[in-house]
Amino acid sequence: MKKLTIPLIGLSAAMLFMAPFIILAAPFESTMGLVQKVFYFHFPSAILYMTAAVICGINSARVLFWRNKNADAWAVAAAELGFLFGAITLVTGPLWARKAWGVWWVWDVRLTASLVLWMIFGAYLLLRQYGGPGSDRLAAGMALFGMANVPFIYVSVNVWRTLHPMTSVVPTLPASFGIPLWFSFAAFAMLFTALLQLRATLEHQRLRVEELYLAEDEA
Amino acid sequence: MRLIRLFALLIALSGVPAIAAAQPQPPKGFVPVDEVPPGEQIPAINLVAAAYGFVWLAVLGYVWSLARRLKTVEAELSELESKKR
Repeated sequence: MKKLTIPLIGLSAAMLFMAPFIILAAPFESTMGLVQKVFYFHFPSAILYMTAAVICGINSARVLFWRNKNADAWAVAAAELGFLFGAITLVTGPLWARKAWGVWWVWDVRLTASLVLWMIFGAYLLLRQYGGPGSDRLAAGMALFGMANVPFIYVSVNVWRTLHPMTSVVPTLPASFGIPLWFSFAAFAMLFTALLQLRATLEHQRLRVEELYLAEDEA
Repeated sequence: MRLIRLFALLIALSGVPAIAAAQPQPPKGFVPVDEVPPGEQIPAINLVAAAYGFVWLAVLGYVWSLARRLKTVEAELSELESKKR
């Protein structure tokens, strides 16, 4: 896995460099025009935002119920990436909405629940940084709430009335929109995987440093 | 003389309704138009550029921060391990 990290970063960087050219070549959407091109970065980051919440939640469950220290490193890594991709989603969405809807933000279920999830990630990271001993288990509990939020975010657009497009839009996209979208998604997914691996490695190394300091104190 | 002044004033005042009628009338209610006036339209290019700019800045900033932290921890780890030996 570690051997794959550097090639993954290189490949995703090359693809992200190419993505704007492929996106520019894609046709304009009939009602939204140019601003719809935000979609090609907004959708992948939103999916990876929810993926990060699920990874963080599953690993936090392993920490809480099986006291797995290795899982804790993956949970922290996923939380940090969730915060990053959440910020991208929550900034690009309103920039698109301002033109498409005429407003920056609406307090519908999808947008509000997405903001709540981002705040959970923020609280998780603050707790891990400044919470002191025992904060890892408290943060793990919070991550479970974050993960529980994900299905709610996903289906909300199909259940409640909203200005946000429904989940049926992406599977029914014509190829002219679908190819740039899935190209961009592949680039973001590879970047996400590589960054997750690197961030987990950092956390493992920090744990090792802590162990060495403790051993030094005991000696 | 006084009568002439009064007559001139009446002539001048008689023009007031004509001047008032020539002024553009305020709309009596909301007037529908088919398209948003050009001055009111939001330029999409600014919003798209801001969105893409933010994505690049956020990703590059995170990669830089992660690389810096990894370098620091790796240096600390190798120092501690060499002390242990």
